[in-house]
Amino acid sequence: MTLSEEVAEESAGDDAGRPPPPSRARAVTGRFLSSRQGRAGALVLTLVFLFAFAGPLVSPWSHTDKDFAAFLAPPSAAHWFGTLQTGADVFAVTLRGLQRSLVVGLLAAVVCTALAALAGAFAGYFLGWTDRVITWVTDLLLVLPAFLILAVMSPLFGAGQWPLFVLMLALFLWMVTAKMARGMTISLREREFVRAARYLGVPPVRIVLSHVLPNLSSLLIVDATLNVSAAILTETSLSYFGFGIQPPDVSLGTLIADGSRTAVYAPWTFWFAAGLLVVTVLAVNLIGDALRDAFDPTAREPR
Amino acid sequence: MAGFLARRLVSSVVLVAVAASLAYLLAAAALDPRANYAGRTPAPPPAVVDAQLTALNLNDRTPLTERYLTWAGGVLRGDFGKSVSGAPVGDDLKRRAGVTLRLVLLGLVCGSALGVMAGALAAARQYGWFDRLSAAVSFLLLAVPVVVLANVLILAGTWANDHLFGARVLLVAGEASAGLEAGLWETLLDRAQHLVLPTVTITLGLAAVFSRYQRNTMLDVLGADYLRTAMAKGLTRRRALIRHGLRTALIPVATYFAFTFGALLTGATFTEKIFGWHGLGERLISSIFTNDVNTVAAISCLAAVAVLVASMAAGLLQAVLDPRVRAG
Repeated sequence: MTLSEEVAEESAGDDAGRPPPPSRARAVTGRFLSSRQGRAGALVLTLVFLFAFAGPLVSPWSHTDKDFAAFLAPPSAAHWFGTLQTGADVFAVTLRGLQRSLVVGLLAAVVCTALAALAGAFAGYFLGWTDRVITWVTDLLLVLPAFLILAVMSPLFGAGQWPLFVLMLALFLWMVTAKMARGMTISLREREFVRAARYLGVPPVRIVLSHVLPNLSSLLIVDATLNVSAAILTETSLSYFGFGIQPPDVSLGTLIADGSRTAVYAPWTFWFAAGLLVVTVLAVNLIGDALRDAFDPTAREPR
Repeated sequence: MAGFLARRLVSSVVLVAVAASLAYLLAAAALDPRANYAGRTPAPPPAVVDAQLTALNLNDRTPLTERYLTWAGGVLRGDFGKSVSGAPVGDDLKRRAGVTLRLVLLGLVCGSALGVMAGALAAARQYGWFDRLSAAVSFLLLAVPVVVLANVLILAGTWANDHLFGARVLLVAGEASAGLEAGLWETLLDRAQHLVLPTVTITLGLAAVFSRYQRNTMLDVLGADYLRTAMAKGLTRRRALIRHGLRTALIPVATYFAFTFGALLTGATFTEKIFGWHGLGERLISSIFTNDVNTVAAISCLAAVAVLVASMAAGLLQAVLDPRVRAG
């Protein structure tokens, strides 16, 4: 749906009372907030964020502290989520892992969506050789087993190198979005406003950046959301096997890996990390789904 | 048509070659097979280590291009080189491919069948209780990563063994009990006991995806004119939905099925590793830990081939199932 159609539809619907100036952002936000799953997802994700970043402020332990008087102790007043085999406080390390996973997931999704938008829009707008090269690279990356390549490169992600890990994660997530963006750009480039810009002599790169990309925004915002959950899941799986975030840093993946070994007799080492991960991803997916509906109210069903 | 197929085949072969080469170069540059000899006591003399590594074409003192050319020459003759222990990579992977197939096939069939049924039923009664329930369940399952799901199932299995069955009914490690000397039926039963939990892991994940997918394509079909015509001709809604609706809605799902199969050949990594099945996916992880460059490259090559064959199969399947594609 284009901007003009959207605006027309909005102003037609607002005939009662004093109509506020039509705004696409406000319309989408309104539709998003009126869906129950959108509200639930946004609320839960906000709570998870608050928990991850405000929780450490109220906890008496930090994620590097070890309590040598309590190894693998069940939850108590001193250790709210119990302790690990090393004496580390589960509450503190879980929050630290949650922070890491959230930051990695969000950053990877932003980088990957930006990459996908640029690659897709340029391929779709210029076609010809640009398109062939970009499509070929996309196919190549789709064919390479991402997990294996990331795992092979894991020695590079040593202590403190997690930004590099985020970049590599994003590099293996952008392909499908780029293909969709390319398809949409091909249909956009024949639209009147793009043609008008072209005949007015606007340089092609500027057309892509200021006329094509904004019209892909609905696809991109929805995909960025869904890429957050994909990135978090990939990060956790890699870290689970020791290929992602490296000790002494922790992520939910490393915590789940350690916890699964002691889960039978010390369930608190596993369930808090696993539960928080599931809740986070679920909230992100709900938001993505509700956003898709909000951007495209004619679609009967979120895909 | 033939020209199109040929062009597509050529570009696929090029893609596989480049992907495998990239994977080899990356693995050879990032992994360090020499480190495998570092921890040994007594420490082997450097000359011996060098000779060993050279024999396996893993010596980092040989220039990378030279190693690559040796490797590529071998691959062109169908020889994927030797693993760090000196065994041919090809034989090892062939054996493991069998294990992976035995693990994945049942899960894939169960998962897609369950997902298709749930999705079709949900679409037929849109916004009914089953629709809501299946949507909630699949949303939850989509949020559970395999590593968590598998571990939760292992915990549930041990709990069930202790509290429900009172015996070890659900087995969680490996493909079969080691050293089991029994008749055909006992062996089969033992294998089935090992198979239950990993199959459930794969099934649940796939069913969640397939049910969403099937529900959407089914909903598209439900509004179609030919379905209305079928009912106007006197078919009951039920018969019309099954004979005409489900069949058409299955086409996109069938192509997705082909893709999943290709991806699962190496994509069951987590399930295999956690349940201790010695398949391709497990090898993938262990080969990185043992700095096994040749195996990493061979698995990448295999994964690339699997994905491309699956995408071709998906295209062909679509042509077979959809008369419009055939005509066009």
